[in-house]
Order: sequence, then C-alpha cells, then structure tokens
Amino acid sequence: MERPGVRGENAMIRVTRKMEFSAAHFYHNPNFSEEENRRVFGKCSNPHGHGHNYVLEVTVAGEPDPATGMVLDLKELKDIMQREIGERMDHRHLNYEVQELTGLIPTCENIAAAIWRLLEPKIGAGKLDRVRLYESPDLFADCTAASSGGKA
Amino acid sequence: MSGALKLSLTRRYRFAASHRLHQPNFSASENERIYGKCSNPYGHGHNYSLEVTVSGAVNPATGMIANLGELDPFVEREVVEAFDHKYLNEEVTEFASEVPTAENICREIYRRLRKFPAARLERVRIEETSKNSFEFDGEIGGREQRAP
Repeated sequence: MERPGVRGENAMIRVTRKMEFSAAHFYHNPNFSEEENRRVFGKCSNPHGHGHNYVLEVTVAGEPDPATGMVLDLKELKDIMQREIGERMDHRHLNYEVQELTGLIPTCENIAAAIWRLLEPKIGAGKLDRVRLYESPDLFADCTAASSGGKA
Repeated sequence: MSGALKLSLTRRYRFAASHRLHQPNFSASENERIYGKCSNPYGHGHNYSLEVTVSGAVNPATGMIANLGELDPFVEREVVEAFDHKYLNEEVTEFASEVPTAENICREIYRRLRKFPAARLERVRIEETSKNSFEFDGEIGGREQRAP
C-alpha cells in the first residue's frame, strides 16, 4: 500500500539552512558570589569574555508549493536569518549588545530559544521546525516547539 | 508569538576501541557469512564519535539544562574511561555475552548514561565511521511491531 504523502500530496518536507556568526560572551549570575560564579561557570565566567564561531541551522517544515516545488524560498530564509540573527549577533557581545538576551545567561540553550522567538513569527511559508545552534563542533542546543512532539 | 519550547543539549565525545563481531553459537562459515571482515579473529578498531543529548527545563540561574561541569565527568567516567583504547569484547563485561555491534554499543551506552541525575537522557548517537551512525532514545518494541 502506498503511504500517504509519498506521491507529492501532503508530503511534509524539512528544509534546513545554515549560517555562521561569531560573538563574544561570558557567564555571570549577579546573584551568585564571585566564588560561586567561578565554581558553577568555570572558565566561562572570565569577566573579560571569550568568543565562539556559532553555527546556526534553521529547519522549516512544510508541504512544497505545487507551483514552485518549494516549501519556502531559501533566499528569503537566508535574508530573514541574516536580518534577524546575523545583524543582531554577529561580531557582538551577547551579554551587552543583544536585547533579547538581557537578564539571561547567554548559554547555547538560551541563545537557541531567543533565536527561535525571533525567527518563528517571521517565517512566512512553512513552519519553524527546529533551531540548532552549535557553539563548537562538539556542543549544540536544539530548540523545538514543545507541542510538536518532535524530538529536540 | 511562541508557545512553549522544548530544549535539548548535545555534547560530543570520542573514544577509540577495538572489537570483533563473532557469535560463538554460529559456525565459522555462518560468522563469516554474517559478519564478513568484521569477524576477523584478531579484531579491528574504530574511532567512535558519541553524541549525548539531554533535555529538560533550563535552570534560570545558570541558563543551562545540564552543567557540562557535571555531564562531562559523568560521561568520561561511565563510558569514555571504560571504552577508550579497550578491546570491547574482553574488557567491557557486558560484551562478554553480547556481540559488540554498534547497535549494542549504542544501547549499552544509553543504559549507562540514563542514570545521569541532573537532566533527562534524550538520546545517544554514535558514529562508528563517518558513513555509519546509530541512535537509541530508549524506545522499545521495534522488533515486536514488525510484521512477522
């Protein structure tokens, strides 16, 4: 029996676009003592900050438009990512220069969630499915909608 | 407007180990037929890449699901120290009675890591080579659900 969707109708496709940005941050909780900050955050608590080359993967899910064969125009997604994330975060200090992270420790988890909240309302065609943010090749955070039942 | 979000954190570790795929219950020709080169009696090795994914609430005080200061030593102790530069068939107890295929290694790593106290273990993924990867998220019953 043919599975629904495989012939083209109702096929949910996930499209992923990647970008890089470089930013500085450090971890500091003002409610912790200096010693607690050092114990909890280790090297990441150095107040002079340090930086990463972040790699961002944005996945949008949807049915391809029969007229274009596309879930969404990847050029448009690229522009949204550049405008919303690149311009806000690239070559910035995440503790001081990114309003959406004010009052938050700029961990991979919190940055991924902030990126989700910035992008989600801007995606016109398809739905934002996953934000994956690599802080290094060996560490990344995934953000999905809790209700999607998707595996984060 | 965004609804509730689900966050997970994935950390990659590495270990190098040797193994041999061989079932003592199978004849030599059966082992050869099923496992091919992998049943070479002297064993062979791989550089394994291990991705450990944890999920849960982000602690507002730390911004973290799990502190790597806790996750790293836990994974190092439970898996990396036990598997790295070892002959899995003979130096990891569980593989005395279980063929150390990547599937079984993946499941054994999941068993060891699900005891992690600070966050929920979401998934274990290993790459045995850059071409083969294996994942286990604790879901059981795949075999039973298949048609006979």
